[in-house]
Amino acid sequence: MKQMTLSALEQIMHTCAGEDESTDSFQQAPERAFADLGYDSLALLETQSVIRREYGVDLSEQALSAAETPQQLVDLVNRWLSAA
Amino acid sequence: MSTAVITGIGVAAPNGAGTENFWAATLRGESGIGLVRRFDTRGYPARLGGEINDFDPAEHLPRRLLPQTDRMTQLALAASAWALADAGVQPGTYDPGETGVAMAGAFGGFEYGQRELENLWCSGPERVSVYMSFAWFYAVNTGQLSIRHAMRGPAGVVVGDQAGGLDAVAQARRNIRKGAQLMLAGGFDSSFCPYGWVARISDGALSTAEDPRTAYLPFDLRAQGQVPGEGGAVLVVEEAAAARRRGAQIYGEIAGYAATFDATVRHGGERGLGRAVEAALADAGVTAREIGVVFADGSGRPADDRAEAETIADVFGPQGVPVTVPKTMTGRMNSGGAPADLAGALLAMRDGLIPPTVNVQTVAPGTRLDLVTDVPRPWRPGPALVLARGRGGFNSAMVLRPGAAAPGRTGAAGVTGREAPTRSGGNPS
Repeated sequence: MKQMTLSALEQIMHTCAGEDESTDSFQQAPERAFADLGYDSLALLETQSVIRREYGVDLSEQALSAAETPQQLVDLVNRWLSAA
Repeated sequence: MSTAVITGIGVAAPNGAGTENFWAATLRGESGIGLVRRFDTRGYPARLGGEINDFDPAEHLPRRLLPQTDRMTQLALAASAWALADAGVQPGTYDPGETGVAMAGAFGGFEYGQRELENLWCSGPERVSVYMSFAWFYAVNTGQLSIRHAMRGPAGVVVGDQAGGLDAVAQARRNIRKGAQLMLAGGFDSSFCPYGWVARISDGALSTAEDPRTAYLPFDLRAQGQVPGEGGAVLVVEEAAAARRRGAQIYGEIAGYAATFDATVRHGGERGLGRAVEAALADAGVTAREIGVVFADGSGRPADDRAEAETIADVFGPQGVPVTVPKTMTGRMNSGGAPADLAGALLAMRDGLIPPTVNVQTVAPGTRLDLVTDVPRPWRPGPALVLARGRGGFNSAMVLRPGAAAPGRTGAAGVTGREAPTRSGGNPS
């Protein structure tokens, strides 16, 4: 079954919101808050839309806002995929 | 009342990205007008434009900003950083609440908007970028500049086509008078995309000439319309006493401003440019005789040119003042055109050279103007008048007065401070 990796999420978010040379990669900082990594709520909304398209996972806004770090978001998507 | 002075300049124009690149090209008489390459213009009646070709946004902006910005915002963000560096302003120079932004826009981000509308209709709503929510909007440059430079005081946007570029700088002066210490002010437009192009064509103002040297000829016998340009300028406008306290270079002072509207045909159709000029001179407290140069709007449409030439000759007398249109080298940049002219006027004061109007050879009959053509003309810097008109009847006029020499600066600027035939910029606040 298809699962999402941290680097796949990072790739999506780079495409959505642009790279930021000054912050750690998701591999280096899986538990840092998105806000600290320089991603705002719009970047996450855009990411939600790509995840729906590419993984068929339709995250609610509540679920999305509960995921505050890359690891939490990857876990959330993968739980959804496993349950499907 | 406090005085608003200009301490930094950032220009991105078709004949040069970066203030000194723009200025050097302008003094050389180098035009940025050519066949538009950004999109396929085959089949359009007008195919010439002033494109900025030496600007790669990735070299000037954090990558995080690229997916959320239209080209006109990328130009504004880059030029604002150049202007602040030119002014020697660092984060911490002022309290963020005492600094603000007043930018003009005419189109907004049509190129971004067109791409996302194509996504909407070709691929569906889920393919539209969330950043479309603001990236297309003509207010976005004020917001992005405010965020980028942490300027959390007054923020405003004005829309008045070409005239809006002066109105925004006047808004900055208003904010300085109300207590702001520093404002970024100016305008940028681009919209070099089919959507923006068709909008311009529908206006009926574009030249259909195919030769870049004869397409945009304000005041010339052969004038037949306008050529669009992309870009603009942003100025650092600062409270004079605060600027002096930190030893800033002072290019000049915003001495006077006025805006009027043309009457509608139903009310006689009277043009308002003359009233704007008279009111701006009165606001500056200078007489027509003291004005050393006029940067004309230079529409390139014969009826507009005639009206402007008559206004200038009425106020200053026939051939009474040097007049120039450096826009002949950039095309008309909408909200960016007048701020670029303000930059040109300030640099003309610094260097003692009036930039030329290129390509104009024989002025239309009855044009009683002393037009500076082909090459720069030396002058003893004094107050300058910048004019701008916008579609729909907007007229704006601004008077700039040369700044006193900054500490440590010598040469033309130093001479200017002593010899300018006006009171110095040091008004009590």
